Amino acid sequence: MNHSLLVVVIASGVTYGTPLLYAALGELLAERSGVLNLGVEGMMLVGAVMGFWAVQRFHPDTALSLAAGIGVAALAGALMASIHAFLVITLRASQIVSGLALTIFAGVAGLSSYLGNDLNLADQPAVHQFNPVFPASLRNWPIVGPIVFNQNVLVYASWVLVTVLIWYLNRTRLGLNARAVGESPAAADAMGINVAAYRYGHTIAGGAFAGIAGATFTLAINPLWTAGITGGAGWIAIALVIFSFWRPELCLVGAYFFGALQALAPELQARQISLGPTTLWTNSLPYLATIAALVLISIGNARRRLGAPAALGVPYTREER
Amino acid sequence: MVRFERRLNQPRWLKAAVPAGSLVFAFVVAGVVLLATGHNPLHAYNDLFEYGFIHNGALGETLITATPLAFTGLAAAAAFRMRLFNIGAEGQLYLGAICADAAGLYFGGNGGPSAFVIAAMVAAGCAGGAAWALIPGVLRAFFRTNEIITSLMLNYVAGFLLTYLIFESESYWRQTTGFNATVFPQGKPLPNSALWPMWTIHLRGGIPVPLGLFFAGLVAVILWMLYQRTRFGFEVQVLSDSERAARYSGVRIRRKILAVMAISGAIAGLGGASQVGDFTHSLDGDPNGLQKLGFGYTGIVVAALGRYNPFAVVVIAFLIGGLENAGNVLQGASFPAGLVGVIQGIILFSALGGELLGRYRIRLGRAAPAPVAPASGGEAA
Repeated sequence: MNHSLLVVVIASGVTYGTPLLYAALGELLAERSGVLNLGVEGMMLVGAVMGFWAVQRFHPDTALSLAAGIGVAALAGALMASIHAFLVITLRASQIVSGLALTIFAGVAGLSSYLGNDLNLADQPAVHQFNPVFPASLRNWPIVGPIVFNQNVLVYASWVLVTVLIWYLNRTRLGLNARAVGESPAAADAMGINVAAYRYGHTIAGGAFAGIAGATFTLAINPLWTAGITGGAGWIAIALVIFSFWRPELCLVGAYFFGALQALAPELQARQISLGPTTLWTNSLPYLATIAALVLISIGNARRRLGAPAALGVPYTREER
Repeated sequence: MVRFERRLNQPRWLKAAVPAGSLVFAFVVAGVVLLATGHNPLHAYNDLFEYGFIHNGALGETLITATPLAFTGLAAAAAFRMRLFNIGAEGQLYLGAICADAAGLYFGGNGGPSAFVIAAMVAAGCAGGAAWALIPGVLRAFFRTNEIITSLMLNYVAGFLLTYLIFESESYWRQTTGFNATVFPQGKPLPNSALWPMWTIHLRGGIPVPLGLFFAGLVAVILWMLYQRTRFGFEVQVLSDSERAARYSGVRIRRKILAVMAISGAIAGLGGASQVGDFTHSLDGDPNGLQKLGFGYTGIVVAALGRYNPFAVVVIAFLIGGLENAGNVLQGASFPAGLVGVIQGIILFSALGGELLGRYRIRLGRAAPAPVAPASGGEAA
């Protein structure tokens, strides 16, 4: 089927946007409880490499192997996040510096690359990968086919996750408590909520989502491992949380928008369309658009940052006000 | 139950014991990682030390890595001091290299005296880095846009620009004549008058000392004077401690943000100028070349470990430079790439955690009840 450029870009926007969505939802969880984690890129990369390793290692059958990959990736991401959680929640280190340290520790030149080299994962295709789940007859429908039906199970799972998170943050006791911890830990503490436990839980869950986001790269989008495969997606995800005003449903829209921008470069190249220094501007586009979106948001919110948890980035100590 | 009590004053021994303890702890933890992945940590550490500092020619190689790290470390320290998290030193270094290379090609090609050409390269490098840093700087100063993300995003853009200039265009920076140029795209070599001089210490088979290292030392001195001995530095300190206090006392916050970003970017840009003038002698646009080295990111580690003190940053740059250099030499099956980054990350984590021990006292047991009667005793501080 030959689709128009717009349809293809939107369809691959959904594909490329899925890791952004998982990572952004994870970061959103952590930030809603008051913990800023700048280590998303590092957590994603470790998730990517460990998920890929699991699939290469255990392959009884496709579904089991891929499930193991996602599980291991989530576990690896959670483990990375727990380092950050320990440093900033228990030890009250600066959240910004600790997050940067996590990116350096786990990132392109760190643990993810070490594991990739030590486990000899480079330059081999994934044994199993996520494929579209619907039959070709559905996938060939005009417009809706490629965008909605030509996706893998990770995409559909991310839609479920968005719904669950909206419900969790607005309708459950746990979610409301977590938000209280993010807005006013002192008040939450006075209510009898265990601030540290909530922050640990949400930071670590956020890390698990970041790990899954990484595995989305190595098991679905680009089923192989190369060092630094995420290419800054973790940072875009952090920005995404800001300009979705800390709301899951807007994360979804933003993720697909930035996914589409990322899809533009390879798609234009494949069709040999060139407008000036095409590789330069199409490659730079997602990064420049991130800056532009952040600026727009900060102009709009110059007075008050709408939606930002009030205690974001502030360590909580009961005795110190 | 573990509790933390804030220390009112830090005993002097702690100031030395905490960093030393963190370092030992970091190497123990990194050793566990090595053991877990089936390597002998003692061997690895011995090799790292050997190839970083002892081996013939190792010190020279270490200085080559340490020079850019000193610049990016100082750049990060200059900004982080004011809690301005400029993590764009990487891109600012590329822009410095691009501008300095253009200046070197232009003025060197016109046959100017070497000192003049080098001065022009330094100025162009600083200007390029400062201009690139001012993009997040202006956005932060006028719109309060998060500078962490904007400066990082620009690193990627700068990388694409660098690759574009050499690989995807017939730019001024690219070598377009000669046999090699048609086989593999590369930067135009700088003329002789644009090459920075190198001195040699006649020790252990000769240790080359690049001009850039002297510049880095000079920058450290200037930065220290600026932050410790001037009104500007004092205002930066006030601003970093409390923005509100700074505003009420009449500090012009926007100007400070712009100035500090420009200074930080200029230092990173100077690092880029040193990169082309001292070492590569042409613009390195290869995505697997300069861009793989990640000097800008490692500079953050250097700055954080040096606690943003300029002199400490230069010393740490030398140590981390040795680690990086040894990592590059040893890279292979028994010494996987990325190990050095792991060690750096662990050192950074333990330094962060160690800082807490300096600031707090750890108490075991239940929180002491409010002192009611003087007789309760028990847990008197």
